[in-house]
Amino acid sequence: MPVLAYANPERFARLASSLTPWFLGSAIGLLLAGLFLGLFMAPPDYQQGDAARIMYVHVPAAWMSMFVYGCMALASAAAFIWKHPLADVAAKASAPVGCIFTALALITGMLWGKPMWGAWWVWDARLTSVLILFFMYLGYIVLWSAIEDPARAARAARILALVGAINIPIIKFSVDWWNTLHQGATVFRTDGPSITSSMLIPLLVMAVAYNVLYAALLLIRMRAEIAERRLRSIRLGLEFEPK
Amino acid sequence: MRTFFALIRRDVTLGIRASGGAALSAAFFALIVVLAPLGLGPDMATLKSASPGLFWIAALLATLLGLERIVQPDVEDGTLDLMRLSPLPLEFMALAKIIAHWLTSGLIITLLAPVLAPLLNLSLDAVPVLALSLLVGTPALSAIGAAAAALGASVQRGGMVLALLALPLNIPFLIFGSTAVAQAQTNTDPTQALTLLGACSLIAVVVGSIAAATSMRLNDD
Amino acid sequence: MQLIGETLAALRGERIVFRNVSFEVAAGEALVLHGPNGSGKTTLLRVIAGLLGILTGRLRLLDDDGKTLTDDRRDQAFHFISHQDAIRPQLRVQETLRFHAAILGAPVKNVDAALESWGLASLATHSAGFLSAGQRRRLSLARLSLQKRKLWLLDEPTIALDAQTRAQLSIMCMEHLSKGGLIVAATHEPFLGDPKSLQLGPRA
Repeated sequence: MPVLAYANPERFARLASSLTPWFLGSAIGLLLAGLFLGLFMAPPDYQQGDAARIMYVHVPAAWMSMFVYGCMALASAAAFIWKHPLADVAAKASAPVGCIFTALALITGMLWGKPMWGAWWVWDARLTSVLILFFMYLGYIVLWSAIEDPARAARAARILALVGAINIPIIKFSVDWWNTLHQGATVFRTDGPSITSSMLIPLLVMAVAYNVLYAALLLIRMRAEIAERRLRSIRLGLEFEPK
Repeated sequence: MRTFFALIRRDVTLGIRASGGAALSAAFFALIVVLAPLGLGPDMATLKSASPGLFWIAALLATLLGLERIVQPDVEDGTLDLMRLSPLPLEFMALAKIIAHWLTSGLIITLLAPVLAPLLNLSLDAVPVLALSLLVGTPALSAIGAAAAALGASVQRGGMVLALLALPLNIPFLIFGSTAVAQAQTNTDPTQALTLLGACSLIAVVVGSIAAATSMRLNDD
Repeated sequence: MQLIGETLAALRGERIVFRNVSFEVAAGEALVLHGPNGSGKTTLLRVIAGLLGILTGRLRLLDDDGKTLTDDRRDQAFHFISHQDAIRPQLRVQETLRFHAAILGAPVKNVDAALESWGLASLATHSAGFLSAGQRRRLSLARLSLQKRKLWLLDEPTIALDAQTRAQLSIMCMEHLSKGGLIVAATHEPFLGDPKSLQLGPRA
C-alpha cells in the first residue's frame, strides 16, 4: 500500500518543476511591490511614525505562520483520510517554511519593539502566540527526523499536526485572554485603532506575496522530497508492479 | 470493563512500586516549590504574586518528568502487543493509562500543593482554588503527556522530543490554571477561568486518549 | 479453522524482510518456521498476528465454516507468545498472570489453574523480578492455559526451558493439535512431532 507505483508523485514533480519559476518570479515581484508600497508609499503611522513600517513585514509573516500550520493540518487530514503519499510530503515540506515565517515574525517583532518601546521583547498576544507556534513547528520537524522509519514518521507526524491544529485555536484564545487580563503590564498595539486603506493595501500585497512564496518553496521542497523517496525506494528494490 | 480497571490497577501499582513513579513526581514538585524562593529571593510579597504561576509550572514539570513510563516500557517488554490484541479497544486502554498516570502524579500534586502553599505565601483564600484548578487541570496534563509519550516512544533522545511536543500543548492549562488562582488571591471571581480550564481539560482527555491510541498502533516493532 | 498465506511480503523499516511467502495450515497441523536470524521468522509471526502490515499478498484466517475472521473475532482467535515476555519485575507472579488474563479477556478463575499446570503455583506471591529465565518463559507460556484458542503463534518458545518443561510444552502442543488446534512456531528445536516446515531466507 504505501510504497507502490509512484506515477502520481512523479507527474506532480514534473508539474511542480514547470510551475516553480512562475511562482518564484511572481513572489519576488509581489514582494518588491509590497515592500515598495509599504516602505515608501504608505503614510507613516500617526502614532509610531516611520519605524512602524516594519509591520508590513511582520504582520503578514505572523499570519503566514498560522496559515501554514493550517495547511499542514489539512494535508495531514488528507493523508489520514485518503492515504495519498503526496499529502504527507506536502505536510513535511511545509513545516520548515512555516517555521521560517515564524522566525521572521519573531525577529521583526523584536526589531519593531526595540525602537518603539525600548524592550527587545514584549509579551503581547501576537508575539506570544507566534513564539508558541515556533516551538510547535520545531517539535513537528524534530519528530520527522527522530523517527527513522519514514512511513512510521509520516503517520506520527500526521497525528501531531492534527492534535496541534485542534490545540492552536485553544492556545490562541488562552493567550489572547491572558493578555487582556494582564493589560496593565504592556500595551503593544501592533495594529493601531483603525487601519486605513492605504495601509491595508501594502499589507495585503505582502500577504499575497508571502503566500505565493510559500507555494513556490512548497513546490521546491516537495520535488526534493519526492526525488529522495524515489531514490530510497530504488535503492531498496521496492519498485513493485501495482497489484 | 474488567480489563479497563485491571489496566488502571496494574499501572498504578507499577507507578507506586517502580522507580520514577509517584514518589518522583511528588518529590520533584516539592523541590521546585522549595527552589523558587531560593531563586527569587525571600520577599514574601514577590513570592505571593508569583505563587500561582510557580505552583502550576511545578505541576507541569513534575508531570513531564513521569511521562516516559506511560508507554515506553510497554513497548519494550511486549505488553503493548497484548494490548493491541485485546478485546478492549486501544482508545480505552489509553484512557485507562491516562487515569492511572494521573492517579500517580496529578492527584498527588493536587493533594500536596495546599500543604506547600505557605512556602510561597499563597493567601489562604486561594488555596481551595489552587487545589480545584490542579484537580481539574492535571488530568489534561496526563492526557496530553500520554499522547506525546506514545508519539515519541522508541525514539532516540525521546525525553527531549516528549518535552517539545507536550509543553506547547500544555500552555492553555497553565494559563487558565494559574490565572484562576491569581484571581482568587486578588478577590476576583475565578469562575470563568475554572470553567475554561474544565472544558479544555475534558477535550484534552478525549482527544489525548484517541491520539495516544492511534500513536500506539504505530509501534510495529 | 484454517490459516492461509499467499505470496506474502513484509517491510520492516526500510528493508523487505521476506517476499513471496506462501503456506497453508489446517486444523490439527503445525507449521515450523526455519531460517537464520533476521530472516523474518518473528516478522512473519507478527504479520499473522496482525501487528504488522502486509506489503503485498494475502493472509486469511478462516473459521470452521470457512468464513474469513475479521478484526475483533480475529484477534481473539489466537494466542501470540513472542520472545518478549511482558513481565514487569515489580509485579508479583500472580498479579502478572491476572493482568494478562484481564487483557486477554479470559476469566480470572483460570489463573490459579494455569499457574498450577506450569509449575508456578509455589511462586505465585513472589516478585517476577526474582524469577529465573526458565521460570519467566513458563509464565509467558502460561497464557496459553488461560483461555482456549485455536491458533497458537509461538516465537522461540523453548528458549531457556529445561528438559522437563520442554517435554511438557511438547505434550501440550500435541494435545492442542489433536483437538483440532493450529500452531505456527519459530524454533530451532524439534518438539512438534512431524510438522510442516517453511524456510525463510537461505538454508543454514
